Amino acid sequence: MATQVVMPKLSPTMEEGQLSRWLKKEGDKVSMGEPLAEIDTDKATMEMQSLANGVLLKILVNEGESAPLGDPIAIVGAEGEDISNLIGPKKSAKEEAPTAKPEAEETEEREQEPKKAATAVAKPAPKEEAPRPVTTPSRDDGRQLISPIAARMAAEAGINLKSLQGSGPGGRIVKRDVEDAISSKVERIPTTPRLRAVPARSLEKGEVYAPSAYRDETVSEMRRTIAKRLVTSLGPVPHFFLTTEIDMERAADLRRAINELYPDAKVSINDVIIKVAAAALIQHPQVNASFQEKNIRYYEHADIGVAVATENGLITPVVRSADLKSLPEIGAEVRELAERARARKLKPEEYTGATFSISNLGMFGIDEFTAVINPPEGAILAIGAMAPKPVVRDGQIVVRQTMRVTMSCDHRVVDGATGAQFLQTFKQVMENPLYLFLAQ
Amino acid sequence: MAEMTMRDALNQALREELARDEAVFLMGEEVAEYQGAYKVTRGLLDEFGPKRIIDTPITELGFAGLGVGAAMAGLRPIVEFMTFNFSILATDQIINSAAKMLYMSGGQFKIPIVFRGPGGSAYQVSSQHSQALESWYAYFPGLKVVMPSTPADAKGLLKSAIRDDDPVIFIEQERMYGMKGEVPGNEDFIIPLGVAEVKREGTDATIVARSLMVPVALKAAEELEKDGVSCEVIDPRTIRPLDIDTIIDSVRKTNRVVVAEESHPFCGVGAEISAQIAERAFDYLDAPVTRVSGADVPMPYAKSLEQLALPDYEKLIQAVRKVSYLD
Repeated sequence: MATQVVMPKLSPTMEEGQLSRWLKKEGDKVSMGEPLAEIDTDKATMEMQSLANGVLLKILVNEGESAPLGDPIAIVGAEGEDISNLIGPKKSAKEEAPTAKPEAEETEEREQEPKKAATAVAKPAPKEEAPRPVTTPSRDDGRQLISPIAARMAAEAGINLKSLQGSGPGGRIVKRDVEDAISSKVERIPTTPRLRAVPARSLEKGEVYAPSAYRDETVSEMRRTIAKRLVTSLGPVPHFFLTTEIDMERAADLRRAINELYPDAKVSINDVIIKVAAAALIQHPQVNASFQEKNIRYYEHADIGVAVATENGLITPVVRSADLKSLPEIGAEVRELAERARARKLKPEEYTGATFSISNLGMFGIDEFTAVINPPEGAILAIGAMAPKPVVRDGQIVVRQTMRVTMSCDHRVVDGATGAQFLQTFKQVMENPLYLFLAQ
Repeated sequence: MAEMTMRDALNQALREELARDEAVFLMGEEVAEYQGAYKVTRGLLDEFGPKRIIDTPITELGFAGLGVGAAMAGLRPIVEFMTFNFSILATDQIINSAAKMLYMSGGQFKIPIVFRGPGGSAYQVSSQHSQALESWYAYFPGLKVVMPSTPADAKGLLKSAIRDDDPVIFIEQERMYGMKGEVPGNEDFIIPLGVAEVKREGTDATIVARSLMVPVALKAAEELEKDGVSCEVIDPRTIRPLDIDTIIDSVRKTNRVVVAEESHPFCGVGAEISAQIAERAFDYLDAPVTRVSGADVPMPYAKSLEQLALPDYEKLIQAVRKVSYLD
């Protein structure tokens, strides 16, 4: 008896999935538990497993197309079975939408699913209007083709090849694909700006430039989620912003000293910031909080979300209980999470449920900025660049490494004074990290 | 500076070198009384007399060997082949004697000989008379191979070849004898062997072309410029020793190469250039090196087929567009 394979809920916030890659072709045998396809969710690409034995009779959603939760995406059954009645919206409203089992899914989510799937059932399987052009190479071994110069340029620019579309034969990634990717992404390291030479063309007499040509790209799952979530932030959440300037000399010295003692630790200034923020949050529990409509939730530990820029968009992996972790531990964890974030290999529980977030744009030369709170957190800290500046100390002008930070607070949870006190503590400890070793 | 045909530029080079060094002499079929089958040696018999300008019987193997012997005895012969197709008969003397004598004699016999004449296609002279043999000769250590593409290059390179103490295969092109160009007038105008020339600077694609293909490449580059593709055209001028560095510098700049040649593709000079580019500039390539060569068939006699058998500027344009991923 043939069954429909439906779009499974692979992450807590997932409402729709994009078929990234079919791992089986029509006519292939499939067995229970075997991976069928890779599905792009809002934050990561996950494998979907087959829940039945049989043959993959029909693929209903192709690579690059999206489908909402619960919608049929394929049909598995016995070879040669008549499946004409199964192609279309899911027949039985009572049939529970099966979910694939990613590594560790929270049980509460699973209870919510049958309800969600039932409501999704009524809609016919939608197809995206403009399916994204597919990168499938024409060769069977599935290798990503890339020209030597393009490979080198991509490596130097830190671009993940999997995020590139190859415009050459067989999907080969060529120089201009990497050039386009570089010009559309922010440079990781401040370098001399590479301005692209524009071919000179003098206008004919009386000619004016037509409106600029453009190209449309389908919004990726990640972009869609960022858009949706942050619209529920800056709009409804009453933000206010607090800025302070911090003397970073001692923090920089501390970092240097630790790295001298433990070269393998490779602690960065951002790791120090995370540690100090965590300590300050424990000191000011009203900031380590979340507005929950009827309640205010006060967290016992500081789970710090660290903003990471990837080719596909922004994601905040979480360092759990940062208040309890040492600097080298925090450093190693942030590095590992960031690497997996860029490779789109984070599990949902690794990028959700922070109690506070930190975003650092200092490496891009930003002096200060205001960040948007990640709902439902109570605040977020925006870190600017560290730079030597002239400051007044004891009536003298001296040069100190300074850094400006801006805290965005949710006024429903954090008042001006509360936020200011937190920031004051943060600044004091950053300027005198030895406070970290004094009694809590 | 004066404008002259390639024929006249070669004539001047011969004249100047014959005047400069008494050891230099010229021999070949019809070079003296007939003033040269293509008139390249016009007036030389009158100026230098029968001891220096010698008509030979129709026996390439014989007079090539004679030339090698003369070189071993201290003279500096210039041996003309009416076309290089006929040199095939002389290859034993060219390859086994001229190329190897210096090496095999432990340096005791240098062979300062120049074998010159037209090579490649002409106008409907068919299979046996249209062969491009440069890769044959370039194969052998001990030979230098030179192919000019302009009157100035022809003069400067021929003078260098005559002054060179090694055997030089100097391949001209019958279809280019009438080509006009500016040539420097001074008698010491020399172009050193083994140095390529960038005939046209560009940034988007490199075309390596020699001899007959140089004007074709320049025309293709002109057309491509209209589409915003800026081509760099490199003329190696000397095939062996090859100035690969100039070519590699260009590939580093443009990341893509097309080699244009009228010879057959298999084991041609284009294949050698491709291999060397792959070895030295692999990391700079955005596309595989592409050759536009003559068809892999004996040259047809019919005019229409002969045209199809040779690369034209449209085939070059297509190749450049392909390596630029433009279509």
